[in-house]
Amino acid sequence: MKGFDALLFGEELRYSEDHEWVSTSGETFQVGVSDYAQDQMGDIVYVELPEVGQTFAKGEQFGTLESVKAVSELYLPVGGEIVSVNPALADSPEQINSDPYGSWLVTIKPSDPEELERLLSVAAYRQLLQG
Amino acid sequence: MSGTVEANGMIQEEPLLWEKGSRGRQGMSIPAADVPPVELPAELCGAGPDFPDLSEVDVVRHYTRLSAWNYGVDSGLYPLGSCTMKYNPKINERLAATPELAAAHPLLADSEVQGCLELMYGLQEGLAAITGLPGVSLQPAAGAQGELTGMLIFAAWHRSRGSRRNKILIPDTAHGTNPASAALCGFRPVPIASGPDGILTTEAVAAVMDDETVGIMITNPNTLGLFETNIREIAEVVHARGGLVYGDGANMNAVMGVVNPALCGVDVMHLNLHKTFSTPHGGGGPGAGPVCVTAELSRFLPVPRVVRAGNGYRLDEDCPDSVGRVHAFHGNFSVLVRAYGYVLSMGAAFLKRASQLAVLNAAYLKESLKESLPLAYPRPCMHECVFSDGWLHEHNITTLDLAKRLIDYGYHPPTIYFPLVVPGAIMIEPTETESQQDLDRFIAVLKQIVAEARNNPELLRQAPTRAKLGRLDETRAARQPCLCG
Amino acid sequence: MRYLPHTEEEIAAMLAVVGRNSLDELFCSIPDACRFAEEMVLPEALDEWQLTRHFDRLAGSMVVSHRHQVLIGAGRYHHHIPESIRALAGRSEFLTAYTPYQPEISQGTLQAMYEYQTLTARLLGMDVANASVYDGASALAEALLMGLRISRKKSKVAISAATHPHYRQVVRTYLNAAGYEVVELPVGADGRCDLGEAALDEMAAVAIQSPNFFGVIEELTTLGETIHAAGALFVVSFTEPLAYGLLKNPGECGADIACGEGQSLGLPRSFGGAALGMFACRDKFVRNMPGRLVGETVDNQGRRGFVLTLATREQHIRREKATSNICTNQGVCALMAAMFMASLGGTGLRRLARLNYDKAGYGRAVLRRAGARMVWETPTFNEFLVEFPSDFAPVRERLRAEGIVAGLELGRFYPEHAGRYLFCLTETVERATVDKIAEEVQR
Repeated sequence: MKGFDALLFGEELRYSEDHEWVSTSGETFQVGVSDYAQDQMGDIVYVELPEVGQTFAKGEQFGTLESVKAVSELYLPVGGEIVSVNPALADSPEQINSDPYGSWLVTIKPSDPEELERLLSVAAYRQLLQG
Repeated sequence: MSGTVEANGMIQEEPLLWEKGSRGRQGMSIPAADVPPVELPAELCGAGPDFPDLSEVDVVRHYTRLSAWNYGVDSGLYPLGSCTMKYNPKINERLAATPELAAAHPLLADSEVQGCLELMYGLQEGLAAITGLPGVSLQPAAGAQGELTGMLIFAAWHRSRGSRRNKILIPDTAHGTNPASAALCGFRPVPIASGPDGILTTEAVAAVMDDETVGIMITNPNTLGLFETNIREIAEVVHARGGLVYGDGANMNAVMGVVNPALCGVDVMHLNLHKTFSTPHGGGGPGAGPVCVTAELSRFLPVPRVVRAGNGYRLDEDCPDSVGRVHAFHGNFSVLVRAYGYVLSMGAAFLKRASQLAVLNAAYLKESLKESLPLAYPRPCMHECVFSDGWLHEHNITTLDLAKRLIDYGYHPPTIYFPLVVPGAIMIEPTETESQQDLDRFIAVLKQIVAEARNNPELLRQAPTRAKLGRLDETRAARQPCLCG
Repeated sequence: MRYLPHTEEEIAAMLAVVGRNSLDELFCSIPDACRFAEEMVLPEALDEWQLTRHFDRLAGSMVVSHRHQVLIGAGRYHHHIPESIRALAGRSEFLTAYTPYQPEISQGTLQAMYEYQTLTARLLGMDVANASVYDGASALAEALLMGLRISRKKSKVAISAATHPHYRQVVRTYLNAAGYEVVELPVGADGRCDLGEAALDEMAAVAIQSPNFFGVIEELTTLGETIHAAGALFVVSFTEPLAYGLLKNPGECGADIACGEGQSLGLPRSFGGAALGMFACRDKFVRNMPGRLVGETVDNQGRRGFVLTLATREQHIRREKATSNICTNQGVCALMAAMFMASLGGTGLRRLARLNYDKAGYGRAVLRRAGARMVWETPTFNEFLVEFPSDFAPVRERLRAEGIVAGLELGRFYPEHAGRYLFCLTETVERATVDKIAEEVQR
């Protein structure tokens, strides 16, 4: 597993305490998992994502990541409706390992865009990981 | 055949079944037709499966070669913690093949199958004596089905008292299957953390036991190989709040003839005949998971039950409170035959002796290895001992590397990464059927591997190099599942 | 005791290493109140020769034995088992191995399981089969639970009343515990399942056994179309998989899940167990499937090998959210079934299945001539239900005295069929035996 110094961060992103990241583009948010999360999971072999149109509250489980011998639940950092799911992940879930910040999981239309402000900044997330 | 042939020596290569054979070969005799053909409506008729046609020799060589790639208890020490890989006596195989028993149809009249029923009754009585719990059902086909049966009995008992509860307490040192078994009955597992010395405290149980909780599932000795010393007090707490105590008997091999589960306050318990009672594990099964219960709970056991009737035995289906049936017939009867043979061979004294020696062997291993590997909990162990990966990290060696290196020395690795409460757990259960000499060699090998980890860690990372195959790509298997040829 | 290798000297030496004075001291962490006060009450230990004699006596008390011709199927079938299978499955490399968690030294078990999965999938016409579950009954219960998981929103399933009565009991045990409702579909006038008035659209899954408990071959394709049109999953169950050597298989008939008992494929009747739960489904449902799966992969040098895979469905990882609680399966039984299928081959399986079909056909014809009535004239595989012109019980008694157990009376399972007998004629029953029964009926 990577040491802290080797971990990658997206400077412009917001983070949840469950190690998900959120980026904004206009009215929608993209959600993915952090480099730390993918590193902890090891080789990701399967991603289970919701259907477009489903709605989740903040903190609600919206999918799972699977490695060979572990299942990790995904919690939506900001409540909203699923607008799209990343189609590439069904066939190549390993993208999450190789490019965690390029491999978004879902795009959502947030029910309350203000919730973004309550997520961690990159500095705060770094601090969380350093304990 | 085209191309060159590789010289693989005596590690025989063997293709998949459908990569060999020739249409028209036959591998077993089929009686000649002595009746005229009967018409079959075309709309019902299929093409028949695409199976390869093989000769008897093809089949015999195929499976003989495959078998040579396997490691079994008969090959050597099999120290899988929590699995009790003890010697499987040969005589019991012959007993299971007794023609009268092997040919018995399960729907014959009771009077026609007294031998089968007497055997089952005898085994029930034996297991009742061993657990102190008088009601026994032999029907569950494995430990997990025994757990399910136990949870069905919990549910039925609560229902009979008009109480509606849906939580179940499961300690973090309980057997890993427990939550899934409880969930099948709609119970929601509530985890309890074990105390700092690896066992449950009465206080921790008292803090969560409430009027919505059906009871607790305890594995004792627990999966750390430690006896739950507070079991009686815990049972009192659970009983006082109207709950029941389930004993997961996966580790019964440690305490036969010593611990009386009924005296511990256990209400329902399953035993794994394929662990404690020496029946072979068969590369995955079949097992048997009989359930033993208190007299009060006997009326809830699955049907049918074998009962005495005059000088003989009969199957009793008339049990209105029963949880129902969990198996098409009487469970894995041929496994029951083997276990009965084992109980009769051992008797009370040798069963107790087996447990004593199982504990002695584990304690001896623990004592001999504790300088070499970090011990998870410094308490007296029962039939298995658990080490953590501790300093292995410093050498960038994982528990998996150490386990794989054991293969190069001709051993099956121990259970690894379980229980989850111990980081990088290495869980060793030698069982009573290993001699001191065999243990000494295993200890020497483990010490040597520990030295290698310090001096030449690459040997561990590359291991195994002396098995049929090197490490397999499990990620690829899961990413692009190929489950059918 | 020959299984316990320790000498007294070795015990003393080992106790010295662990710092204990006696074996009893090893148990010092166990409170007195938890202990047996006295020795357990068990029969005196027997040596190997006494044990053999004890079993000789048990075997001798079997009024019906392997010397009898037992013409009962009903979920447990008598077929010839080649000696090669007994010899191979008895190899201790297979028998004394654990679940193949260390693939490098378990390739024998793993390849054999992969082959079993493949042959099973081919036999049933499905995409993927697991490495076995306990028996046909729990396989059916697991299939219906799987159907409920896939449908998510529904809480009812339906099952044909012509499914083995014990299977229906097990299904109720499993499904009622989880709070689901099981509806039974009636048997029609032709002995086949009648979907009739049932509200199929409320069902997550509908299960049909074929050949059914009465041996009757169901028109699966038609049933499947109706079931699918109602938006339910189509489960096909079976107790006699040999039939698919001759009949259309579940996959061809549109089944989403096919499951049942595999004992017919090389396992002895053995009073009902060990059994073999066969379980297969369409590819798209594989992540909802219970039980272990073996998959193909490569080792670090690119050589073909096999591993347990998709384990994240299972209880040890997904805990209470697992697809089932099953862990131990029926490994050796699956191995024997694979050996049996391999020994028969495609050609042999078809011949054997045809022979079973013809034997039953002969039995029906001969008994009809003897004055008996077939309860249904619908095609059956190797079983059929018979009504005799007069009380058959005394005839059956006479036949048993001559070594023939003639059929199973069905009153205890179906009151409407009291006094009627379900016969099973496999390749093991010679024509002369059938003729003998007809003779006795006419006497």
